Amino acid sequence: MSIRIHVKVNGAEYSHDVEPRLLLVHYLRDVLRLTGTHVGCDTSSCGACTIHVNGLATKSCTLLAVQADGCKITTIEGVANNGNLHPLQEAFKECHGLQCGFCTPGMIMTSADLLKHNHNPSEEEIRTALEGNFCRCTGYHNIVKSVQHAAEKMQKEVTV
Amino acid sequence: MSTTNGLIGKSIRRVEDKRFITGRGNYTDDIILPHQTYASFARSPYAHANILSVNIEAAKAMAGVVAIFTGADVADINGVPCGWQVNFKDGTTMKEPKHPLLVKDKALHVGDPVAIVIAETREQAKDAAEAIVVEYEELAAVVNAAEAVRPGAPQVHESAPNNICYDWELGNPKAEVNEAMSKAAHVTTLEFVNQRLVPNAIEPRSYIGAYDEAYDKYTLYTSTQNPHLIRLLMCAFVLGIPEHKVRVVGPDVGGGFGSKIFHYTEEALLTWATKKIKRPIKWTSDRSESFLLDAHGRDHITKAEMGFDADGKIVALRAKTFANLGAYLSTFSTAVPTYLHGTLLQGLYTTPKINVDVTGVFTNTTAVDAYRGAGRPEATYLLERLIDLAALEMGVDPVTLRLKNFIPPFNGVDEPGYQTQVALQYDSGNYHGVLEKGLAILGYEDFRAQQKEALNNGKLLGVGFSTYIEACGIAPSAVVGSLGARAGLFEVGQVRVQPTGKVSVYTGSHSHGQGHETTFAQVVADKLGIAMDDVEIIHGDSDSVAFGMGTYGSRSLAVGGSAIVKSIEKIVEKGKKIAAHKLEASADDIDFANGKFTVKGTDKSLSFGDIALTAYVPHVYPKDLEPGLDFSSFYDPANFTYPFGCHIAVVEVDKQTGKVTMKRFIAVDDVGNVINPMIVEGQIHGGVVQGIGQALFEGAEYDENGQLTNGSYMDYCMPRADDFPMFETGSQVTPCPHNPLGVKGAGEAGCIGSTPAVVNAVIDALWSGGHKVKDIRMPLTSERVWRAMKQ
Repeated sequence: MSIRIHVKVNGAEYSHDVEPRLLLVHYLRDVLRLTGTHVGCDTSSCGACTIHVNGLATKSCTLLAVQADGCKITTIEGVANNGNLHPLQEAFKECHGLQCGFCTPGMIMTSADLLKHNHNPSEEEIRTALEGNFCRCTGYHNIVKSVQHAAEKMQKEVTV
Repeated sequence: MSTTNGLIGKSIRRVEDKRFITGRGNYTDDIILPHQTYASFARSPYAHANILSVNIEAAKAMAGVVAIFTGADVADINGVPCGWQVNFKDGTTMKEPKHPLLVKDKALHVGDPVAIVIAETREQAKDAAEAIVVEYEELAAVVNAAEAVRPGAPQVHESAPNNICYDWELGNPKAEVNEAMSKAAHVTTLEFVNQRLVPNAIEPRSYIGAYDEAYDKYTLYTSTQNPHLIRLLMCAFVLGIPEHKVRVVGPDVGGGFGSKIFHYTEEALLTWATKKIKRPIKWTSDRSESFLLDAHGRDHITKAEMGFDADGKIVALRAKTFANLGAYLSTFSTAVPTYLHGTLLQGLYTTPKINVDVTGVFTNTTAVDAYRGAGRPEATYLLERLIDLAALEMGVDPVTLRLKNFIPPFNGVDEPGYQTQVALQYDSGNYHGVLEKGLAILGYEDFRAQQKEALNNGKLLGVGFSTYIEACGIAPSAVVGSLGARAGLFEVGQVRVQPTGKVSVYTGSHSHGQGHETTFAQVVADKLGIAMDDVEIIHGDSDSVAFGMGTYGSRSLAVGGSAIVKSIEKIVEKGKKIAAHKLEASADDIDFANGKFTVKGTDKSLSFGDIALTAYVPHVYPKDLEPGLDFSSFYDPANFTYPFGCHIAVVEVDKQTGKVTMKRFIAVDDVGNVINPMIVEGQIHGGVVQGIGQALFEGAEYDENGQLTNGSYMDYCMPRADDFPMFETGSQVTPCPHNPLGVKGAGEAGCIGSTPAVVNAVIDALWSGGHKVKDIRMPLTSERVWRAMKQ
């Protein structure tokens, strides 16, 4: 049995027949071939699959594709604006906030959600916001710096 | 060759980042090949069981199933090999039972694979694997290495009596060490467990096996740290396929930390099975499978004693370890508790008599192998816990005690290396320097007053030190060969100058987060005096890179980088000949600097690009010189490299709950010359969190039946962003005297130094409050610390 779903992903409309048990993350990766969203666990703990669903950071392994029917989705492939990197993307590079890169898309999507709601987070607020995203490479130090750097830059852009 | 354009030593931002921050990395599970199928496994739910029957009939009939293979189908295929032979003390060979691709008669740990199902979709493969009916007869299991060697313990392998793989010792004769110990004025004794850890690279292991009948050629995509090594082991030892018929590709790999060094059974099984079904097969591990199958780390049970004379000088060190190897020998498992652990027990100290005795033991658990640091964290933990505890017991300052016992500085150039009692010869060191730098960052002179003040305010504050040394850059092939390694440990670096002067570099080192595409390009661009944009680093594909031994043991730059430098030297030498011919001078009179070949003392010069073009358009060209500008080199190091450092932890322990809070963490590391300080610091940060993870959070727990009771992220405590303060780092540079870049390696240092510093800090905090506790078993959870305070 398949169910028809309609989604808007990174600005483009898609319609597919999917198995009811297909996870949203597998729909994005295997059907739409948006492989920047990663799978790191099977308990919704690691955060590598974090995307935005209707503007909210969501672990895409916790949703079935059919639950996303009618939703507006943004993945890491969709956060740059007309070829200009998102300030967080630039900050992760500038501050060496990534090593193997596997957790990076999830980190950026979670951080983007934080900065949307808190323009000037403290170090503690950043660390708390990221506690559901695992990184085994960076020791989090430079990830926290990246988010701080992006927040500063985004503040400046607003004031300019 | 001198540095020409100053790229070496700069924190250049990484060139590989662009694809990762935009979601365009290419990890194995991102690849879907035409007509690809998916694999899933039926696995033993028991740690130790006879397999009475396997019924695949119902599963075979299920939707989408392409093929099912069981242990009987692969019984004639060799098992995956162990790459390092360790002998018993009497010289007999270690016990080396077969590690089959699928088990047929007996399962030896939870997760042992009984059958592989190949189907059209991932879900169909899983459904069918669940429909396989296996009849088991459960047997008693053994999980603890010290218990496994006792008479009457369950036997994992018939061929290994008392579950002993080997017993091994190193250092001075026991009698000499015992005599020195008996004369000691003070002996500090510690019995401890260096607990089992799960590596947990965030990318689960993933493989695609693909057979092309038209070319009779196999391709294996694999999340590995060393594609060529996998090809060699799989072709020569397991499947008997000619190497030139196999291409192994390690594309982007999401972290390794050791766990992706090893040749796993699934790699060989998928390569074998793809020819049977003539379609590509993908298998990607679930996290639950990762916990059960990826080789674990550590798992030592140790008793160690350190003897001091009345003046506080160390006179002897004695250690006995039972090392848990798991149910099967993983690729380098046998070397980790022996040649990567026992050899480091000199530490930074002048200890004159050392004996280390290790028994390698089989149990009904997941295989144990190299995990970030591999043996060196265990050695450092042993030494650094002992010396801090000795200071507490003797009522002397832990810094004073270290300074009294440090090996004096030596540069290894005009001063000789330091010969240890445990086989190694250190290359260069200045151990006082890193400790002093650490103390300055800490502000040690004020710390004890702060500790007293905290106590008056009802808080337990503690400081812990760890001054470590490690051995990297593995290794001189002849040396490791004499110690039982079944491989050479050189590296290969090819530098291909294109006709337009752009440079493609092919390295056998594999990057899975280390940033080689940046660091290696910095080295090449610097040495050739060209722009970094004109250099591309290619790695991870056995069809494009000539050969390679891969990335582990913090070896990439020291060994792989040195191979590249050798090729650059050959290019410059040939370039000089071409320039000499064109400029009508002698090659001896040509200088190369800043990307220019110049006739000494003149302004006559040719650019690197001119020479490259001439090499490929050799119209005006030396008669006896081949065209082209492309060199490959093998570099076999002269010695290991020996990074060292000082890590200091400051913790606060809650008296009511036992909760440990990291207040400060200071890391001063000397990794020799540094190509990219930003990347080195990042490596240290990551290692430190893994090391603190062991001290405070992580640990695989088995019950007596051999079930891993915390095999998921819901149960295994991973270090998280909110567990740490910002780290304070410092550095010192003592160049490596024996490789052309003077580098030592930085990948594991953080993980080696940090663990004992944190535990020492907790112990120090407890002693400050009058709780004279010698040891708390890691991880130091609130409950364990609270219980220790209640003793």
